[in-house]
Amino acid sequence: MPKVTLIEFNGQDHTIEAEAGKSLMQSAIDNGVPGIDADCGGACACGTCHCFVDGEWQEVAGEGDAMEEAMLGMRPDRADNSRLSCQIEVTDAMDGMVVRLPEYQM
Amino acid sequence: MNTATQLPDPWSTPLEQIDVSDPRLYEQDTWRPYFERLRKEDPVHYQASSPFGPFWSVTRFEDIVAVDSNHAVFSSEPTILIGDLDDKIPTEMFIAMDPPKHDIQRRAVQPVVAPKNLADMELLIRSRVIEILDNLPLGETFNWVDEVSINLTTQMLATLFDFPFEQRHKLTYWSDIAAGTPEMAGGDVNDEERYTGLMDCLETFTRIWHERKGREGGFDLISLLQRDPNTADMVDRPMEFLGNIGLLIVGGNDTTRNSASGGVLALNENPGEYDKLRANPGLIPGMVSEIIRWQTPLAHMRRTAKQDIEFQGKQIKQGDKVVMWYISGNRDSSAIDNADQFIIDRANPRHHISFGFGIHRCMGNRLAEMQLRILWEEVMQRFSFVEVVGDPVRVKSNFVRGYSSLPVRLHR
Repeated sequence: MPKVTLIEFNGQDHTIEAEAGKSLMQSAIDNGVPGIDADCGGACACGTCHCFVDGEWQEVAGEGDAMEEAMLGMRPDRADNSRLSCQIEVTDAMDGMVVRLPEYQM
Repeated sequence: MNTATQLPDPWSTPLEQIDVSDPRLYEQDTWRPYFERLRKEDPVHYQASSPFGPFWSVTRFEDIVAVDSNHAVFSSEPTILIGDLDDKIPTEMFIAMDPPKHDIQRRAVQPVVAPKNLADMELLIRSRVIEILDNLPLGETFNWVDEVSINLTTQMLATLFDFPFEQRHKLTYWSDIAAGTPEMAGGDVNDEERYTGLMDCLETFTRIWHERKGREGGFDLISLLQRDPNTADMVDRPMEFLGNIGLLIVGGNDTTRNSASGGVLALNENPGEYDKLRANPGLIPGMVSEIIRWQTPLAHMRRTAKQDIEFQGKQIKQGDKVVMWYISGNRDSSAIDNADQFIIDRANPRHHISFGFGIHRCMGNRLAEMQLRILWEEVMQRFSFVEVVGDPVRVKSNFVRGYSSLPVRLHR
């Protein structure tokens, strides 16, 4: 299983064994990583599983679709490497990926 | 409104005779079985006639998420209320706009609830909550709605606008009349009163806008609108200016106000949950989400179909009104375990529909939660029991689920 590291805003890091085929959001929640709310449960409809994908991993994580873009566009802390983690499907190629979490989910 | 007639029996009446837009269902708090029946028997239900014209009712959680997320088909224009706009005041506001205009205008004001601003507000909110609570009478009956809910949220709203503090009661009044007419959502506010009130609102805010122009560094909503090039001239478009001000007033006030009252009522109706809270105030953050679900301060949001579409086996036609009943989605047991129970330590309390989903999702959700969290933290420091000692008086509206009165007595 690919190992993914999620880093909370306060710097606390969590390396989890993510499950290929599941969303990164689900893997993070299943592993008890704090800092992801996922209010809508993974429907790309709330924006509360926002994360920032570290530099070289952006290509592996891919780009969001139009709906994800629309949701991200509402975030005051949106950045170029913003993604909704419910829309990132974990693959084996993500082994070693680093993802940072925002100060607040909103 | 057929005020003289009795409400029909929720289970034996033919489906087509059930009218979930009837504001009495909310005023009398008898809406639950009607939606339970719709969710079971006809979850996407066409109501051919109502005082607001024909409309579709979407009543299940997942279906509401689907409609709310599909802004390409389900438009928020021209209004998000079940009733139509008042021709005399054709306001425009970003909640009732589609992209790209919606996105541009929302982005202008969104920084008011950015993390940094929220952190600053926490101290201010706590000091105000403490002052409000420390001045309440012990052992006497008083109206929690006026003394606590309205008092706290109106102070917050005045801060968000940097509105003259001593005149802040006007914000409460404008909030109450903004969506209060019979035609909009079944309320009792007459058109004349609303017109006069909203024109005063427009005039007041226009004056504030001009006085504030050129002042640097402000982080209030007016300064934010002035600073963003896309909205810097909004004051020149009075109906758009008034609409957005009204939106921010209602969104930043009515909702949290009614959850601040609804929580007290819910804990009184569920004494076992109040005991859990007394035993463990650490439950407050989750309880706040549960209160917001339980209250569902806005009962519905409406969309208008931009094209014909088949949805859950129903043929929705272009131009049809599609009403998402948040109040029903929040009681849908297929999405929320024991949805009909108020459980302050439920497993996944944030999974509720009160903030809506999709691009129009509530902008102030974290501020709302923070106000309610601080309120309950400070209440629990002081009082063992906020006892409800009389019947609440509910607002007559199929949109705002609120209270005008909740008599309580405090116990140390």
